[in-house]
Amino acid sequence: MSTAENDAAMFDEATLRVFRGGPEGGEPVDYRVPIAPGMVVLDALHSIQAQQAPDLAVRWNCKAGKCGSCSAEVNGRPRLTCKTRMDTLPLGEPITVRPLKSFPLIKDLVTDVSWNYQVNKKIPAFQAKPGGAWKMDQRDVDRVQEFRKCIECFLCQNVCHVLRDHAKHQTFGGPRFFVRIAGLEMHPLDSLSRSKLLKDDMGLGYCNITKCCTEVCPEEIHITDNAIIPLKERVVDEFYDPVMMLVRKIRGA
Amino acid sequence: MTANYETHEHDVLIIGAGGAGLRAAIEALANGARVGLVCKSLLGKAHTVMAEGGIAAAMGNVDKSDDWRAHFSDTMRGGKFLNNWRMAQLHAQEAPERVRELEQWGALFDRTESGDILQRAFGGHSFKRLCHVGDRTGLEMIRTLQDRGVQQGIDVYMECTVTRLLKDGDRMAGAFAYWRETGRFVVFRAKAIVIATGGIGKAYRITSNSWEYTADGMALAYEAGADLLDMEFVQFHPTGMVWPPGVQGLLVTEAVRGEGGILRNKKGERFMEKHDPKRMELSTRDVVARAIYTEVREGRGTPHGGAYLDISHKPAEYVKKKLPSMYHQFKELADVDITTGPMEVGPTCHYMMGGIRVDAETAQSTVAGLYAAGEAAAGLHGANRLGGNSLSDLLVFGKRAGKAAADYAQGAPSGTLDSGQIETAEREMLAPFEHTGEYPYEIHRDLQETMQSLVGIFRDDADLRKALDSLEQLKPRLERVKIDGSRMFNPGWHLTRDLRSMLLISEAVTRSALARRESRGAHSRIDYAKLDEEWGKKNNLISNQGGTMNLRQEPVREMPEDLQKLLAETK
Repeated sequence: MSTAENDAAMFDEATLRVFRGGPEGGEPVDYRVPIAPGMVVLDALHSIQAQQAPDLAVRWNCKAGKCGSCSAEVNGRPRLTCKTRMDTLPLGEPITVRPLKSFPLIKDLVTDVSWNYQVNKKIPAFQAKPGGAWKMDQRDVDRVQEFRKCIECFLCQNVCHVLRDHAKHQTFGGPRFFVRIAGLEMHPLDSLSRSKLLKDDMGLGYCNITKCCTEVCPEEIHITDNAIIPLKERVVDEFYDPVMMLVRKIRGA
Repeated sequence: MTANYETHEHDVLIIGAGGAGLRAAIEALANGARVGLVCKSLLGKAHTVMAEGGIAAAMGNVDKSDDWRAHFSDTMRGGKFLNNWRMAQLHAQEAPERVRELEQWGALFDRTESGDILQRAFGGHSFKRLCHVGDRTGLEMIRTLQDRGVQQGIDVYMECTVTRLLKDGDRMAGAFAYWRETGRFVVFRAKAIVIATGGIGKAYRITSNSWEYTADGMALAYEAGADLLDMEFVQFHPTGMVWPPGVQGLLVTEAVRGEGGILRNKKGERFMEKHDPKRMELSTRDVVARAIYTEVREGRGTPHGGAYLDISHKPAEYVKKKLPSMYHQFKELADVDITTGPMEVGPTCHYMMGGIRVDAETAQSTVAGLYAAGEAAAGLHGANRLGGNSLSDLLVFGKRAGKAAADYAQGAPSGTLDSGQIETAEREMLAPFEHTGEYPYEIHRDLQETMQSLVGIFRDDADLRKALDSLEQLKPRLERVKIDGSRMFNPGWHLTRDLRSMLLISEAVTRSALARRESRGAHSRIDYAKLDEEWGKKNNLISNQGGTMNLRQEPVREMPEDLQKLLAETK
């Protein structure tokens, strides 16, 4: 970071090479943007909107890393543009800003993420154990609160090769929804099992734990280690455990 | 021209999908209504997601002697008794049940030793009252409501913006909107409409609010004939970031002070000793914001024009656990480690106490079939809102609005859509593509500058008059505002419409501020620096009289004796 910081001090302008266009095609367009201390990429995009391209399509809301709206690929890396400081980028060359690759393009940096909302609908909601006293230990809650930190930026969905390279959107839920299901499955008072859903509808088996999702998570959720692997273990226990298979066979279940 | 839009029909149309809108939708659906929920952004991105500190509810899990009476009395005191007392009463009584409900829908709050919901201290609350999840309570709340709503089967229209309410005579008939993605128009038929669109932060240059907070709902209601109440009360949160410039205004949660954070000026003085020696940093937001502003104005500010807020005397692990997003926010955006040194903070425009006048029991506005809840509505908070009372407001009055709107829709016939109103709505949306004036961004910048410098924390007669002049000069510029490009996802085009709402409601704020010749809560007049008992008995009301903005005063409704007694006892 120190070289990049030195870089930033040397530059009072940067070039942003922003993808402009829609589903039928487009091209990167260069914009010169003045640099201010502490500036983030989203600031630079807003400056382009205000000064040069009023119709530049960008999603954003909180500008504080809490809503997960402003995801894009900056110099090839999926990031929240509101948390990407300009002074961490090599400003001597153009900074490329492109839309997320794993979702259909709408315009410029905005993609159609509605598929995620469709997947979410398939997940059975929290269902409390009957007669619950609503007492929970903080230690049990801690584990689930990690998953509840997810801001739905969909960066994990964007980098997951099952979606990005193999486009298994129809049969695979993606890391975001494994995190969501883990949050429900490990809720101290939840009474449902979602293992069958994970196995049959969410394609959990496609995940070969390359941890790309964990790497890009801005909330630093240990997606692979704490959500996906324990879920895989649950599916194995429930469906592939030889002893239980035998029991089920005997009981005729 | 009328074939240019699609139509959808619902019993109840809810505009806005933050906490209030979602809670209203869930309740309307549970009461048998066909519900449509329209939101400007994607679902789950509304400002509720940014709420950090917690939900105020007198559950008594930590401080056993807390109860609704204490919460009621704190809320009234914080609001300088201008509050709608009935709303304050319902809110204090119902908030605990609304929180338990969230938990039953899967929300996971931080716990006490004995396994109950943990509660923390906050400004103006006399007990530890805020149920919380670290410093991301709003995220937990919106995700819980969102999942509940989706599971119950609410129709959600994401990235869709309502620009006009449609009426049939005195009744609501529906709403006119555009899709952000395609720019195409859409008409919703509905018998009842709930406005839950939040506030007006984006009219100010330094704000914690996102692009969505452009007073749309207040403007829609005003144009449809509803009264707006006490519009002069704009809350400046005392602690926004002041450095670097790109993050100026970004919220620093009150939970920092709730967890023991200390404010100091550049000389190291703990200046709250002068302003509120009893409550110190946990005084109400209006008092702390004015204190910081005064320190800076009198030359005792930090290098970047703020005050120091320090939590580094607490163990680093504790800070990271209780304030994780603050820790990351400062580390990543300002190169400051809050576990080892102080933050620099200053006031930021945060919340609107004023808004659409509603009935306490039903959340109905002064127009039949039109409801409002959350920040867009007014009354609960009076002249100043206590931290934590917003999330509970959303739940309590969101539920009430949803129920009342569903009940109303059941008995009401469908209104007839008037093609004239629809054509006008289409024309005004398309006009900027024909115009040759200036781009909206310049007008927006000038509006923000006017509101920030002339209608800010401290106000006086001359500034407010100057502000009215400036706003008047912006009107013809906005009439000629232009935009390039297509109707596809075009933020500049969207801003041309948002500006109309912001300009209209900024005028309502300024006119109300000029009228109230006293200082009360968040409204501080340099030329009338004291509370005035007479003004304490009056609400300001703004209404649309044939296209002209009318301001009048009405007496504050008198409190029944039992509540008066209660307030006297809890002094």
